[in-house]
Amino acid sequence: MRDLPHTALRPTTSADTLALAGGRVHEAQGKGRRAFALFQAARHPGQVVWVFPDHAQQLLLPGGLPQDLPARLMLLRPRGETDLLWSLEEALRAAPIALVIAEPEKPLSLTAGRRLQLAAEAGQTTGLVLVRDGQGSNAAETRWLCEAQAASAPDSTLHDWSLIKNKNGTIRRWVVSWNGASAAFDMVSATGERGQPADPPG
Amino acid sequence: MPLADARAICPSLETRAADLVRKAAALAALRRWASRYALMVVTDGSDGLIADISGVAHLFGGEEDLRADLQSRLDRAGITGVSAIAGTRGAAYALARNGGGVIPDGLLAEGIGRLPITALRVDPDTTGALSRLGLNQIRDILPLPRAPLSRRFGPGLLLRLDQALGVQAEPVAATPEAPHFGVRMTLPEPIGLQTDVMAGLRRLLDRLCDTLALHHMGARRVRLELRRVDRGSVRVEIGLARPMRDPNRIEALFRKGVDEIDAGFGIDALRLSVPIAEPLAPEQIGRDPTVPHEDALADLISRLGNRIGFDRVLRFLPAGSKIPERSFLLAPASCSEPAEAFPRTDPERPITLFPPEAITVSGGRSGRPPVSFTWRRMRFSTLRATGPERIAREWWFDDPAWRSGLRDYWRIETREGPRFWLFHTPQAFARPAPSGAQNWYAQGEFA
Repeated sequence: MRDLPHTALRPTTSADTLALAGGRVHEAQGKGRRAFALFQAARHPGQVVWVFPDHAQQLLLPGGLPQDLPARLMLLRPRGETDLLWSLEEALRAAPIALVIAEPEKPLSLTAGRRLQLAAEAGQTTGLVLVRDGQGSNAAETRWLCEAQAASAPDSTLHDWSLIKNKNGTIRRWVVSWNGASAAFDMVSATGERGQPADPPG
Repeated sequence: MPLADARAICPSLETRAADLVRKAAALAALRRWASRYALMVVTDGSDGLIADISGVAHLFGGEEDLRADLQSRLDRAGITGVSAIAGTRGAAYALARNGGGVIPDGLLAEGIGRLPITALRVDPDTTGALSRLGLNQIRDILPLPRAPLSRRFGPGLLLRLDQALGVQAEPVAATPEAPHFGVRMTLPEPIGLQTDVMAGLRRLLDRLCDTLALHHMGARRVRLELRRVDRGSVRVEIGLARPMRDPNRIEALFRKGVDEIDAGFGIDALRLSVPIAEPLAPEQIGRDPTVPHEDALADLISRLGNRIGFDRVLRFLPAGSKIPERSFLLAPASCSEPAEAFPRTDPERPITLFPPEAITVSGGRSGRPPVSFTWRRMRFSTLRATGPERIAREWWFDDPAWRSGLRDYWRIETREGPRFWLFHTPQAFARPAPSGAQNWYAQGEFA
């Protein structure tokens, strides 16, 4: 049996529960998956590669991305699914890349998923594959279900990010307030819990 | 003669605009050919060549025979040329532009004496002043005292005269040949194995990269041509994301192309050339940690570009437009530098932008955001609306998407979660009632 790379075994610290383990490929699904990918991109300093299908209509608007992201973002628009997976693997294998985000069209096969994991281990690069609901691969390290949530206060932008698969830990659910401008975010306490200490009696 | 006069004399005259670039290229080609007569051949102005044939003429049987040989070859090639041989560069110039011929040794003054002064390479003002004095031919000024001539017409006239007469030396300096980045290898026995081709390529690459390093150049495209035994040829070409002359890294990019070629009955010649080279200064290696990082990134762009196409490896560049679709450019990463900073516009922009999609709205007053709407068959109800931000079309572009006039953009937060960027076109005609009666479109989604 192969030894897992040490990065995969490194537990994510409690202070940073939303961090993706390095050198592995993760998946995100749900309508808010792009926001989640941008949140992760803002938290990875260094070059970020985003792989789109050739005919994708929904593109990113640099004016709305986190502060310094457009300058270090490289977009790939390969023709066809094979080239998309090849570019994704090639980018994962390259050392100077911090994060690779890909939006494949078809469900990943088990072979493809495993290849991507090996490539990410070889390059020590984090990968994030944005999949449609139920199209994920079994080889993924974690899978996140991301939805936008309506906020009661006008200045908060709530995201409901739940970890629905985790190979090295438990699954959880977070409601995060993140406005999309920087890497800073606020955890929103779950219903029924107090965010601040109660007023002293009397 | 003005063109109008020429047309009046010959109505069927064909005219074509002068193509100076192609003319210069043709002259350069002629210069290379003329090096069969002498080592030192240089272009002289835009229409002449000058060759130093010292010690060469006897190889062709004398100066007359050399000139006859040159003329006959030019005639055979269909080139109208006039040639002259003289002891000095100035005299040869003057004679070649006035009929051509050969001036024997020691007869320079007699040979050029009958030529007009305009042949001396002096400026038109001087020749005009001389002709007003009645001095039209070179032999007219030869006996004149030099001091008054120099005082009156400047030193230029006497310098040219001395150069023509050989008193002042004027050598022919050969221009350096432009470096040629191409190497080839011919094999005694045909090869067919991929490893053999790669080994041959490796030897050629080492030589090519040495040449590139000598001239401080780097390759942007490298082409490998393989000649097969059956006279067919195959070509593998790679592009590089930035100028490069490292044989190891270029070799790695060729592997896929060499893998796909058809060797047929075998390959007996390899030729490696650089169609596009760019300056690449020598740099110190091993000190600056950012250089390997940049190299690795350039390698990745090269690898990706050679498979999926360099126009599909893109990066964002800012553009000066308020129209959301034109507020950025997507430029190939191989020929652009990353932008320093992107201005984050206020009010906020969405993260995703798509072509406008009509939505069906219900409720809400005219010009105000809808109470609820349907987008892609999903129903949303408005929780909060921020806006409007009015963006007017750029009237100097005729963009079909903006023919509906100005747009009022709203940031709509829905009760269901998603936050949309909707716009309303108040200037456009409202669509008929069944489809919603209002001009509302969705164009983006916020984080």
